[in-house]
Amino acid sequence: MITESFIYDTIRTPRGRGKKTGSLHEVKPVTLASDLLRTLQKRNELDTSQVDDVVFGCVSPVGDQGGNVAKTAVMTAGWDQKVSAFQQNRFCASGLEAVNLGAMKIRSGFEDLVVAGGVESMSRVPMGSDGGAWAMDPETNFSAGFIPQGVSADLIATLEGFSREDVDTFALNSHKKASEARKNGYFSNSVVPVKDRNGINILDHDETIREDASLEALAGLNPSFAMPGSFGFDAVAIQKYPMVERINHVHTPGNSSGIVDGAALVLLGSEAKGKELGLTPKGRIVSAAVTSTDPTIMLTGPAPASKKALQKAGLKTSDIDLFEVNEAFSAVVLKFAKDMEVPLDKINVNGGSIAMGHPLGATGAMILGTLLDELERQKLKRGLITLCVGGGMGIATIIERL
Amino acid sequence: MNAITYQKDDQNIVTLLLDAPGKSANIMDEAFQTSFKEVTEKLQKETELKGVIFQSAKESFFAGGDLSRLCQVTEERVGEFFQGIEAMKLQMRTIETLGVPVVSCINGAALGGGWEICLATHHRICLKNPKTKLGLPEVTLGLLPGAGGISRMTRLLGIEAALPYLVEGRQFKPEDGLKAGLVHEIVDTKEAMTAAAKKWIEQNPKTSQPFDVRGYKIPGGTPSSPKLAPRLAVAPAMLIQKTHGCYPAPKAILACAVEGAQVDIDTALRIESRYLTELAKGDVAKNMINTFWFQMNEVKAGKSRPQNIAPKAVKKVGVLGAGMMGAGIAYASAAAGVDVILKDTEQAKAEKGKAYSEKILKKRLDRGKLSPEKMQATLDRITPTADLKGFEDVDLVIEAVFENRELKWNVTQETEAVISGDAIFASNTSTLPITGLAEAAKRPKNFIGLHFFSPVDKMQLVEIIKGEQTSAETLARAFDFVQQIRKIPIVVNDSRGFFTSRVFGTFTNEGIAMLGEGQDPATIEQMALQVGMPVGPLAISDEVSLSLMTHIKNQTKKDLESEGKTYSAHPSEPTIEQMVKLGREGRAKGAGFYEYPEKGKKYLWKGLKDTFPQKPALPLQDMKDRLLFIQALESVRSFEEGVLTSVRDANIGSIFGIGFAAWTGGALQFINQYGVKKFTARALELKELYGERFTPPALLMNKAEKDEPFKD
Repeated sequence: MITESFIYDTIRTPRGRGKKTGSLHEVKPVTLASDLLRTLQKRNELDTSQVDDVVFGCVSPVGDQGGNVAKTAVMTAGWDQKVSAFQQNRFCASGLEAVNLGAMKIRSGFEDLVVAGGVESMSRVPMGSDGGAWAMDPETNFSAGFIPQGVSADLIATLEGFSREDVDTFALNSHKKASEARKNGYFSNSVVPVKDRNGINILDHDETIREDASLEALAGLNPSFAMPGSFGFDAVAIQKYPMVERINHVHTPGNSSGIVDGAALVLLGSEAKGKELGLTPKGRIVSAAVTSTDPTIMLTGPAPASKKALQKAGLKTSDIDLFEVNEAFSAVVLKFAKDMEVPLDKINVNGGSIAMGHPLGATGAMILGTLLDELERQKLKRGLITLCVGGGMGIATIIERL
Repeated sequence: MNAITYQKDDQNIVTLLLDAPGKSANIMDEAFQTSFKEVTEKLQKETELKGVIFQSAKESFFAGGDLSRLCQVTEERVGEFFQGIEAMKLQMRTIETLGVPVVSCINGAALGGGWEICLATHHRICLKNPKTKLGLPEVTLGLLPGAGGISRMTRLLGIEAALPYLVEGRQFKPEDGLKAGLVHEIVDTKEAMTAAAKKWIEQNPKTSQPFDVRGYKIPGGTPSSPKLAPRLAVAPAMLIQKTHGCYPAPKAILACAVEGAQVDIDTALRIESRYLTELAKGDVAKNMINTFWFQMNEVKAGKSRPQNIAPKAVKKVGVLGAGMMGAGIAYASAAAGVDVILKDTEQAKAEKGKAYSEKILKKRLDRGKLSPEKMQATLDRITPTADLKGFEDVDLVIEAVFENRELKWNVTQETEAVISGDAIFASNTSTLPITGLAEAAKRPKNFIGLHFFSPVDKMQLVEIIKGEQTSAETLARAFDFVQQIRKIPIVVNDSRGFFTSRVFGTFTNEGIAMLGEGQDPATIEQMALQVGMPVGPLAISDEVSLSLMTHIKNQTKKDLESEGKTYSAHPSEPTIEQMVKLGREGRAKGAGFYEYPEKGKKYLWKGLKDTFPQKPALPLQDMKDRLLFIQALESVRSFEEGVLTSVRDANIGSIFGIGFAAWTGGALQFINQYGVKKFTARALELKELYGERFTPPALLMNKAEKDEPFKD
């Protein structure tokens, strides 16, 4: 008999604009994480000595976020010294990978209570700060056919025939849905305001949602990846996709995920441990999967990963009530909807990363919480969370509300 | 006999005189390596050594690597080769770190290994000499500067600044070297050079390379510096855009430069040797050395020119027809100092032809590549005219009128009546057999074909076509003229389309046939680029124009039928006919396989896929192979028929005339490197799949049986 992995709580920080002018720029990543750990402890009256491990996602684990930010945050939060912690990097999937790893620990029976989550302060530790051979070492770059993700997203749009209007319309809806959800308080159960050392609020809401977003404004933005494409990345893409005469650069800052700062936590545990500690399960992890596709087109992993997770769970697409597909770029979600034959009104019903931002290492854990809250609100049963991932990978997790 | 003479003066300065015995230039051959080892050991034993000077006894400083050895590196011999380079580099490194000043006195060209020796010295003094070229051209032969060139250039200049010298093989003059900090002094005389060297040694008794000084930072930062890192991530893509991945050398150079900058110099030098070994054992370097060095040298030396005929320069050339080709020929001739009389039917047309030269010269003037005086002098050499006055004293006439036999016939007779009896008459036809055209001539012995390529000022090749009656004297003089105007001559026998046009036609037809079969047009174009062709078959057909292609086909058909032969249609023909019917004849018409919007880039016509209904995609390798194999097979046929008489002319002609993928070393070298047997077997497969035109000619079957490569 497998021990089920239950979800006992999900919390997150609001997402702050990932720039010097963003509200969370002044907050250290370790503080974002340790404050959340303290909140988690408080709201669940948690005896932290019962936590076996803390698993964090963090994509640029250097500088402020380096040197195992998870254990550093656990120490800072004043948790019991028995609590171990580590950080891992599966690029954009890191946050969800943390949850999946935590669930595996519990389902294997090796551990009973695990905190999963992630942190990323993109304003303080910019993307790419950790270097890496994939892009920076020419020999590796050549053999992998490296291109920036935005060019990959434009390649998907070109191959699938998504127009600039298609991707802008999707982006507009992300803002509309997020703005509506925020107004109605759908996020309030999970969002924990970030406060300063005196208890003064620094940020209590997602900072990048535009209530006034319009198609006209979106249409006025310049494509972000036309220039890098013209330097040669388009040529690299076309080497692998020769049927593409020219790449249609449709993605802009307006229809791609925002760069933000944020952190998220998910409290996972066995049924027995939950009972022992008096915790109420909100949901359970049904299945999880990772896979990979061609690293050049890079962002087509969500559909195959989702199929793999469905198959493992013995479920069909139609068994899933709601989907969270990370809005790395509009075309990624449109492609997923097309490949999986899922209507758009079942996907990201409260908006996504285009409106609210994508704090790389935290996003997966964050949107899992958002989905569980929404299943609760609508009294629905199953949800699927999926993200496209660097290197062509894909990740998916299926959850069930209890 | 030693390649290096060791001379110690009374001040304990040792001069290493580079003087390869019995050779006109110093190269890094075995004799050099042995001598270099000896002198290095001797230097190490010196107790009172004050300094070292490298000097050359030749006209140039040092010519570079030993290419005949470099192209013999095989899989089995990689260890030996690697150890060899490492040993020599260790000696360079030993001298560089003796602790005494080391100076190079660069009297003339120092290229490749020559410049690498200079880089291993602390101070570089050049003799003022307009002929001196410095740099690392290894990449042009598929190699990399593996005698420390990459490691030292990146350390001295920084990675980004060094890359153009390394990846593009950019050569430079001493003056530019001085500006870049690669050359330290330029002096007027040899004596001054030696004196300057000794003075520098005296003034810098304890010296080392800047990068051997503790705390030295590479200009522009190491690869991990935040400023440089993102730019390095783009560099591979920029290279792919340019080369479509066909060339391993620039890739290896970029990789080696970045990897080497992350470690200490000794490790960097070793990484460099490993990359060089990999390139040297590969096919592409062998192909390129074979064709661009050995065969090109044979072409330049006149191997295809009749021997025992004294060279003679052309003083004045008459050009008939001032259209694009005529105007281009006039320019190329005048630029080389030949007087030109440029005739067309009307004075205005002739003037327009001359204006073309002015346009090109103006561009060069604006770029600072030409002085206003020189520009004027060149222009003054061209006389536009509407009649044959002034043709009396031409040494050579080049006819470049429309491809119409009757017209060509007329101008030949009209001109021959005016020119002197020993003047040569050349036709710039691209397809019409020369022997037939020569029938119009009174002096068929003096009649020859000079096939220039468009645009003449950029295309380096001239295909010389011998008619049945063309004399050896005429051929020799035509050959000399082509070299006089600084172009590359190949010599072929007469045939329809000669060599180049014939082979070129197979390429465009193959691409068009694939379109007709229902293959995706963008993929066809991309596959051509990925095998190393400079332009896709559909794009180039638009440039040539489908109506011209149809015209040539009809002419060929008519000629063959009048000769009692049968014409066999090519599968591309229905596609061409349909395009012409749709009024899409090519770029000149503003519509062809491509659309030509007034603003913005051309793009493939969206109607192609409906006009030629799409079928399941062929394996990409098949598409690639079809495009190269069909050209190689046609080259074999030309060779078999005696149109081509040398392998070198086939290789050089295919690359410089029609842009055959240069990494292959040319259309016949492509077969050699593929393996004659393997190539033949693959051709037979293609024949089964795609038609009889892939049938290997008897000559190839024969060679395959003996597994014998194409060789002169």
